[in-house]
Amino acid sequence: MSQSHNRGLVEDFGRWREFSAGMWAWVFHKFTGWVLIGYLFTHIAVLSSALSGRAAYTSTLQGLEQLAVVRVLEVGLLAVAVFHILNGIRLLFVDLGVGLDLDTQEKSFYASLILTGIIVVASVPVFLEGL
Amino acid sequence: MAERYSSFSSGSTRWFLQRISAAFLVVTLAFHFLLLHFYHHAPEITFGGSAGRYSVPAYFVTMVLFLAAATFHGTNGIYNALVNQGVTGTPKRVAKWVLVVAGVLVFVQGIRIALTLMGASA
Repeated sequence: MSQSHNRGLVEDFGRWREFSAGMWAWVFHKFTGWVLIGYLFTHIAVLSSALSGRAAYTSTLQGLEQLAVVRVLEVGLLAVAVFHILNGIRLLFVDLGVGLDLDTQEKSFYASLILTGIIVVASVPVFLEGL
Repeated sequence: MAERYSSFSSGSTRWFLQRISAAFLVVTLAFHFLLLHFYHHAPEITFGGSAGRYSVPAYFVTMVLFLAAATFHGTNGIYNALVNQGVTGTPKRVAKWVLVVAGVLVFVQGIRIALTLMGASA
């Protein structure tokens, strides 16, 4: 039987000192999920310029890409997407019953974090190219 | 049996679809980033280039499925998070229908964009 956990309210920010690795994984996965769904709506809104014609689409996208803040936000988007993907793979394995013991779960969470950091840092030059 | 750490009970259709869409999104989201940031570069994206990609049926179908999976996974994820935070009763029903409507709107708009890009290359 599956069992749900009462984790209390995440809004009780003072609890962060009590968080275990599993709780941080849960908080980060929720946070990155919220960012990604927010971005999906923003992305579709920006791409809607295609409905106004060729010039509107190209100038909107290229105009945004000329802004340094957009490039930095894209690096942030990459970070949340990579973490959500890697931690999501970890969760899929847990759901399949692989790596259920606490030690493996903690190690795979830390591995997700470290790999996210490496991929993001290595990608910074590509994302800031031409600024 | 080993303790499970899922946010919501397993066995339901939504639970299953959340995981199927997750597995699909792992591949398509990574592909999307690699194609449009590393193979092509985002500052060089043009209408003509996007239209060219959408004229390829396999790319068009992949992007439509990517949009469908992302919309479902995202809105269902928010719903699960709200339920997990203890939202019940009327607020839960309101949240459900707001998310359904928002999901349908973003999906329809995405399809309009994809059809525009596909049609423009003809």
